Amino acid sequence: MMSDITKQSLSELVENIKSKKLSSSEVTKAFVERSEKSKELNTYITEDYANALNKAKKFDEKPNLDLKLPGIPMAVKDLFCTKDLRTTAGSKILNNFVPTYESTVTQNIWNEGAILMGKLNCDEFAMGSSNETSFFGNVQNPIDKNLVPGGSSGGSSSAVAAQLTPITIGTDTGGSIRQPASFTGTVGLKPTYGSCSRYGIVAFASSLDQAGPMAQNVKDCALLQEVISTYDEKDSTSIDFKRNEYSKELTKDIKGKKIGIPKEYRVDGMPKEIEDLWKKGIEYAKDCGAEIIDISLPHTNYALPTYYIVAPAEASSNLARYDGVKYGFRAEGENLIDMYEKTRSEGFGAEVQRRIMIGTYVLSSGYYDAYYLKAQKVRKLIKNDFDDAYKKVDAILTPSTPSSAFKIGEKTNDPVSMYLNDIFTVPVNLAGLPGISIPAGHDAKGYPLGLQIIGKAFDEQNILNIAYAMEEKINFKNNIIDWWIK
Amino acid sequence: MSIDLKTIKHISKLSRISVDEKKAEKLAGDLNSIFDFIEKLNELKTDNVEPLTSVAETTLKLRSDEVKSKNLRDQVIKNSPKENEDYFVVPKVIE
Repeated sequence: MMSDITKQSLSELVENIKSKKLSSSEVTKAFVERSEKSKELNTYITEDYANALNKAKKFDEKPNLDLKLPGIPMAVKDLFCTKDLRTTAGSKILNNFVPTYESTVTQNIWNEGAILMGKLNCDEFAMGSSNETSFFGNVQNPIDKNLVPGGSSGGSSSAVAAQLTPITIGTDTGGSIRQPASFTGTVGLKPTYGSCSRYGIVAFASSLDQAGPMAQNVKDCALLQEVISTYDEKDSTSIDFKRNEYSKELTKDIKGKKIGIPKEYRVDGMPKEIEDLWKKGIEYAKDCGAEIIDISLPHTNYALPTYYIVAPAEASSNLARYDGVKYGFRAEGENLIDMYEKTRSEGFGAEVQRRIMIGTYVLSSGYYDAYYLKAQKVRKLIKNDFDDAYKKVDAILTPSTPSSAFKIGEKTNDPVSMYLNDIFTVPVNLAGLPGISIPAGHDAKGYPLGLQIIGKAFDEQNILNIAYAMEEKINFKNNIIDWWIK
Repeated sequence: MSIDLKTIKHISKLSRISVDEKKAEKLAGDLNSIFDFIEKLNELKTDNVEPLTSVAETTLKLRSDEVKSKNLRDQVIKNSPKENEDYFVVPKVIE
């Protein structure tokens, strides 16, 4: 049965293709058909189904079953440059951009036998927490109608939760993998800064951006992390460290692991159901044999204001390249400057313009020390907090988000309330650490809620293990009823 | 602190983003609420703190200066919004 194929996890599909119970064509056809029936979710910006089916056929003619992702179809966030296939970053300004090169992360995926199905919707230049800033429109969360899927990797979270792709990749600058994973009942890993190459990823804030896997379960997530995390000389901040075979070394034995609970994450006005979820998480961790230790991360409250200086500053610099000259959208102007100004005014959406303006302001003459330099100093204090905490603990457990998914349009008029979504995820990016969100329960409305496990730098294996052990105890089930399929 | 319309016009010039009066007013409102939120950082004393510029504690690696990419001129030019076979075309710059 075709419908049964899309219900399988990545690990099951890999197993079934390796044992020749399923062909790549059967699997690819099933996900393409389900994707075609799911247009209402608006997860795809660009579909590449015909090519995908052709590649699957070719794979089946000469299958290499030693690969880690043999003939597995996969759609990816439209922030990764894919050679010869349009890459938009969710923006009008890149609406017609066709890269001449492939991002290292996606190249690693195709090298292991996976097949590209298409490019997934996201907030414009990954700036957003609800996928509502995309030039290509809102994405629906398969959990409920008119519910946001989170952002910026909203097309990715929606596509994995709705089983339109067995697994996918997103990018995370301040929570853009973990928050949408939390909103859709899926698993999302933001790796250590320097773990996955940034080469070929449309840049947002270069000192914070990281690519990572988004999956239905922890084991699948570990497998994809193993594929995408490589040292890359094309990214000057890629770090050459010994990478584990994360899926092979995955274990549920976390006895004696010390897990820290930071008291500063108990923020004012935190809904009771989040507080309860966190308490439940602590019990699950204890059940797995972990030791719970209270810790303090005293500068937590300063993380968001720091982020909203550092990220826009880097973005304003990175996005200076979109000038309508060599590629992308151009608006005609009376002279060169007029052309630049009109191109950027018509080509960027409101949120991106807002952030470019903030970034330009904090970097401008007379304000640099007061804002940008100040933020870099506070960033140091935030990193020091984590360094101190990790003298006592192996990992840290927090909620992933301060609420469950909200309705489309609910927060679009108030940028600050939208920014508060990332309160638990942003400190992790500022400190360059790995963090994983796993689904851990439901709120009163039946919407999923996630828990975040934060690790030491380069300690992805440890947080994957903790997540793997807790996942079994939590035994979370997503109740998705395919409401969008007529 | 308050960001006025004059400052918005100045930032928009620096950002190379044109703004009309209506957009400038909206931006002033948004930026003021965001900066109110950012001002929280002033509660902290940071005189003796080293700024963190990168979490990746690595030095830049050197590599030999070799051309590795192929000549992709035609494909690159194809992405141009206005092309003239061999060149990128922009409005006249020199009178």
